[in-house]
Amino acid sequence: MSIAATQKRGFGAVLWDYLTTVDHKKIAHLYLFGGGFFFILGGLEAMIIRIQLVRPENDFVSAGLYNEILTMHGTTMIFLAAMPLLLGLMNAVMPLQIGARDVAFPFLNSLGFWLFLFGGLILNCSWLLGGAPDAGWTSYAPLSTTSPGHGVDFYVLGLQISGAGTLIGGINFLVTIINMRAPGMTYMRMPLFSWTTFITSVLILFAFPALTIGLFLLMFDRLFGSAFFNVALGGNTIIWEHLFWIFGHPEVYILILPAFGLFSDIFSTFAKKRLFGYTAMVFATILIAFLGFMVWAHHMFTVGLGPVANSIFAIATMAIAVPTGIKIFNWLATLWGGSITINSAMLWALGFIPTFTLGGMTGVMVASVVADYQYHDTYFVVAHFHYVIVGGTVFGILAGLHYWWPKMFGRILNEKLGKIAFWIFFTGFHLTFFIQHFLGLMGMPRRYWVFLKDQGLDTGNLISTIGAFLMAIGVIIFFYNVVYTAVKGEKVPDDPWDGRTLEWATSSPPAHYNFKQTPLVRGLDPLWVEKTEGKGKMTPAEPLGDIHMPNGSILPFIMSFGLFIAGFGFIYQVNYTWAYIPLFVGMGILLGCMLIRSLKDDHGYHITKEELEREAD
Amino acid sequence: MSHDHSLNPETMPHEPEKATLEGKNKFLGFWFFLGGETVLFACLFGTYLALRNSTAGGPTTNDLFGLELVFIMTILLLTSSLTSVYAMYHMKNNNFKKMQLWLGVTAVLGFAFLGCELYEFNHYIHEYEFTFRSSAFGSAFYTLVGFHGGHVTFGLLWLLALMIRNAKRGLNLYNAPKFYVFSLYWHFIDVVWVFIFTVVYLMGKVG
Amino acid sequence: MAENTNSNEVNPYQKHKNKLEMQKQLITFALMILFTIIAFVIVATGMMQKMFVIPVLLILAVIQVAFQFYYFMHMKEKGHDMPSLMMYAGIMAALLIIAGLVVITWW
Repeated sequence: MSIAATQKRGFGAVLWDYLTTVDHKKIAHLYLFGGGFFFILGGLEAMIIRIQLVRPENDFVSAGLYNEILTMHGTTMIFLAAMPLLLGLMNAVMPLQIGARDVAFPFLNSLGFWLFLFGGLILNCSWLLGGAPDAGWTSYAPLSTTSPGHGVDFYVLGLQISGAGTLIGGINFLVTIINMRAPGMTYMRMPLFSWTTFITSVLILFAFPALTIGLFLLMFDRLFGSAFFNVALGGNTIIWEHLFWIFGHPEVYILILPAFGLFSDIFSTFAKKRLFGYTAMVFATILIAFLGFMVWAHHMFTVGLGPVANSIFAIATMAIAVPTGIKIFNWLATLWGGSITINSAMLWALGFIPTFTLGGMTGVMVASVVADYQYHDTYFVVAHFHYVIVGGTVFGILAGLHYWWPKMFGRILNEKLGKIAFWIFFTGFHLTFFIQHFLGLMGMPRRYWVFLKDQGLDTGNLISTIGAFLMAIGVIIFFYNVVYTAVKGEKVPDDPWDGRTLEWATSSPPAHYNFKQTPLVRGLDPLWVEKTEGKGKMTPAEPLGDIHMPNGSILPFIMSFGLFIAGFGFIYQVNYTWAYIPLFVGMGILLGCMLIRSLKDDHGYHITKEELEREAD
Repeated sequence: MSHDHSLNPETMPHEPEKATLEGKNKFLGFWFFLGGETVLFACLFGTYLALRNSTAGGPTTNDLFGLELVFIMTILLLTSSLTSVYAMYHMKNNNFKKMQLWLGVTAVLGFAFLGCELYEFNHYIHEYEFTFRSSAFGSAFYTLVGFHGGHVTFGLLWLLALMIRNAKRGLNLYNAPKFYVFSLYWHFIDVVWVFIFTVVYLMGKVG
Repeated sequence: MAENTNSNEVNPYQKHKNKLEMQKQLITFALMILFTIIAFVIVATGMMQKMFVIPVLLILAVIQVAFQFYYFMHMKEKGHDMPSLMMYAGIMAALLIIAGLVVITWW
């Protein structure tokens, strides 16, 4: 692989490059494309939901189809859109921020992506093969165990495969951050986005195994006749709820913490100030993660766990508001007295603070057990979690994309379009979801496909649907902006925002080895330290030498494809004996690839010093 | 660039498994994986404990379990843990042949354990008609113990692949982390078994 | 290690240290077997009341597992800060999960 290869390459070569890549920056592109695709899919599903609810007793879609769309909207947005987009940003930026040349496990990094993609494809194949899952994104038993057809089976297999990919990604990030920081990059000098990536990965490591087991139990019940959730044989459906939420609640923080991190970076960059209360921010992140593990039962207040258990979980839940509040105030204090630039990245970040705070407030409201008996399963809850997930995670992803687009693609997103998209989406978002608080308080239950007229719900739902269309327009403008930028966007210098952290010390986009010489980090916001001392660029920590890089590999793609085939085998062996063929073939491909990976030495290659010197500076 | 890291007394580092960055990464990453596995098995244990009395009229823990076989299985697995410690001891002393020998003993003990487990399952199914599908307790029992058995099986395949692949070329800095990480995995399997024989079998016998 | 020229062995000091380490491992193993036998004997003979047996069995198991982690898996040695941190975090999550599934699984 020559580093001077900048000439045009054929489509086949580019495709092969992406299929075999182990470069974290290219894997980031893949995650962004994959996540973006599923985001559009989930968005379309959301639009169908809102169109169905535009007027009372509408019949735009049938009840059964509505259940499928609603389930797929939640599942797709959480597992296949929000998480991959965040993982994409982490992949693109975190190694640069800590001054690493690569991630710790490039091969596994690529495997993680392909598992996610094939898992998502399996899940969505259900649309074409007799109906999507229809038991809600939580798939509570016994609804999920008795749901006819194969819909829920696709849910189980799809999430199992993409979940494995996420777990692999989490371990990779953990080891990368611990072992591969540049000289001088101590833990307490890491940018907040790297810190939250680290903490998020810890959450992934300990939360995803619970989902894995939950899905296994559901799979055994549905496909192999076991009795975990079959009450007639002594099973217990509450086990599913526990396992799902032991995973599901940390999952919420897996979605929000990276957004917290990137907002911190954006605020300090565009306020031209050091982040206020850096240490407090780090410990607040750790505290949120810690508490996030012991609050899962607040999703189950109405199950009947008893007053003692409910109270404990209610108090633990409310306690999370404290570290979150610390963060909100620190962001405000960072802005205070700063020299603020308002551009599209900053707009998303500024829009996030009030939006997320509202979501946090309703969070404390639903954490109160007695009140939750009223809110439970109403649109109040729907409004709450859209305020935190859209207002936090989606705003965060969009802010991060605007902020790091120049670094990832070497071009800057159009500011004007960015601002228009923000204002339309922001208005549409509040129009859609603010009113849903009141719909919920008036008793409108979530997940119902129709509501009756003259119950005071008509106007609210109409407004909500209008808002949803505005959000859709905002998203369309954003995607137009992406295409526009790719075609006509201006090339940017390496450091367009006058950045503070290490990623802005690399070229845009960075060379595949990131840093020619590993930089020496001399403080928090390392690039800013050099700028204030008049140097403006990093001091190298090592002389120019050979760089060791990993080899690309097609194995991750084939392994994931093997699991994809096996997934169909698992699902259809219930009906057809021939389905054992894809089952065994698929698992054989997987194990065979693992064996090849284990037996064949892969030492990577070296970029020699001469090659590096030849390259223009 | 040569990649021959073959070890001799001059180049033998104190901890060959952590001498390279790749080795360090593998070491740490595998420990974290085991941390995740802890949660995975905790979910299975929790499910088992919640369902262990849900026999749906079928045989109970007290009817089923015999202590003799479980004791033999425990000794087999504990001993295999010790033999893999011996293997790592010889790795640190750069004695490849002895390392392979002790890994071989580990594999034999592992297969013996697996054989006992298969015999046990077969016994339950045919003597007691106690299956994966007969009750929630049955599902939970076979899933928990079966997941452990699956881990043993995978570990044995892994070990054989490692031993055969490296039989001719000896120890080097590229494969030392692989052997070390395998030994961690094997010990972890033993840790899980300690809880299985305590929580499932002994506590099942007590009632 | 340069003076060690013609043998296939690492330096004598290191070798001696490894040997001492191995002796500790053997003692650990003997204790583990002992604890296992105690656990089985308690149950087989039914010598204790049910109320006491279960905590005793669990304590024996926890000690065995601690041996396994600290000696066999070397968690007591330096360079194991992050592994132990994550292991303890995992164990904490594990205890919460088991507590949740045992104590508050509503019928």
